[in-house]
Amino acid sequence: METDQRNGAHVEVLIMIASTEKCMHCGACVGSCPKNAIFLNEIVLEFNENCNKCGRCVRICPAGALKMEAKK
Amino acid sequence: MKTDYDVVVVGAGPAGSMTAKHAAKKGARVLMIEKRQEIGAPLRCAEGVNKKGLEKAGVPVDRRWVSTDVSGAKLVSPGGHVFRIDEKQAGNEVGMVLERHLFDKAMAADAARAGAEIWLKTSAVDVIKDGDKVVGVKAMREGEPLKLTAGCVVAADGFESQVARWAGIDTSLKAADITTCYQYRMANLKTEPDYCEFVIGSVAPGGYVWVFPKGDDTANVGIGVLASNLKKPGEVKAYLDAWIKKDPRLSCGQPLEAIAGGVSVSPPVERSVMNGLILVGDSARIIDPITGGGIANGLLAGMHAGNVLGECVEAEDFSEKALMPYDVLWRNDLEDRLWRNWMAKEKFLTLSDKTLDEVIETLATVNVDKMSVHNILIAIKERHPELVKEFEELI
Repeated sequence: METDQRNGAHVEVLIMIASTEKCMHCGACVGSCPKNAIFLNEIVLEFNENCNKCGRCVRICPAGALKMEAKK
Repeated sequence: MKTDYDVVVVGAGPAGSMTAKHAAKKGARVLMIEKRQEIGAPLRCAEGVNKKGLEKAGVPVDRRWVSTDVSGAKLVSPGGHVFRIDEKQAGNEVGMVLERHLFDKAMAADAARAGAEIWLKTSAVDVIKDGDKVVGVKAMREGEPLKLTAGCVVAADGFESQVARWAGIDTSLKAADITTCYQYRMANLKTEPDYCEFVIGSVAPGGYVWVFPKGDDTANVGIGVLASNLKKPGEVKAYLDAWIKKDPRLSCGQPLEAIAGGVSVSPPVERSVMNGLILVGDSARIIDPITGGGIANGLLAGMHAGNVLGECVEAEDFSEKALMPYDVLWRNDLEDRLWRNWMAKEKFLTLSDKTLDEVIETLATVNVDKMSVHNILIAIKERHPELVKEFEELI
């Protein structure tokens, strides 16, 4: 597991994972994201650097296609 | 390839197409871009609309995009009390269930006939600004990056509402103002073929289950749950599946299509225009916070936006001041009701299943002449004054 050593603290680095099998391309995550950090079209679902791993999209995704995990 | 327009509309839903049509009609050079490969698909809607809403936006009914005329609505309480509202009582507010994949194409076709250009498979990825003025959008067309310049950009990008936020208008939502939805189009159902049904209470925390008839034994069977009530990923689908399993009229059905989506149930945006930018439809958060309906509001806002843009083209002025008449027009038509229904939604969330049962039971025995949120509240007040204490300010 990677750690982030900013401020000398060991913090888990979280990453967002989108399941392309489950995603229904509905955009619920995009419109709900407080940081406007998600790009979605019919093919791609990407998080940009503004994502602060708040996890709201994980709960909101109607398809259960999003996960937040510790970076391995 | 032409990349300079008077108006670039991002999103070819009903609000975008209405804007494009009315602006083009008044002589604007209009481009409408759509990220999908097909307008109106995939569906992200329960497809209910009221006829009065279409009329107000000047959209004549075309049978080709009407799925079903409904006779009324059934409001079902958690304990199974049923309150029927027939169309006459609802003052034309019930209306019809659309075929959105045809309706959206018909609206876009009207925009094309008025002179608008349409590009598919073209995603906006950012706005281009010059100081405090929006002067265009960065887009990806079939994977190729390009810059489109415009006198005015129209944010018609729906619930996502990214264009406004890129430009600096904050349309982000609280979790308590977002409803997450899941819907099946189902066949072999035993529900009523001409009534829209709404089931409220803990079956759909903070939202409702709907059954909107789509002809014969088919219907859109869906659910909306308030995002602040969701704990686990994919929970909204689990709520819907549980309800379908429990209702024998639904459990005999099979799905033909599954869709998902987010709906704002918030107050409308504080700002709908800035220099070179105008917000229409869902992106401006003008969905009814009680019903989650946004088609009629989107059409109306689009009509106003297109008309104002036509005048701006003539005056060659797309400043915030020049666009402001649009803000005034849609607020005059919609703002009071949106605020009132948002406040009513906030109260609705606090009601227990037991209270909802009492309310629906009361309504079922009261004859309400013309159904509206206002009249419903008055009817409840007569029988259960204690229930309306908190709603008093809304009456």
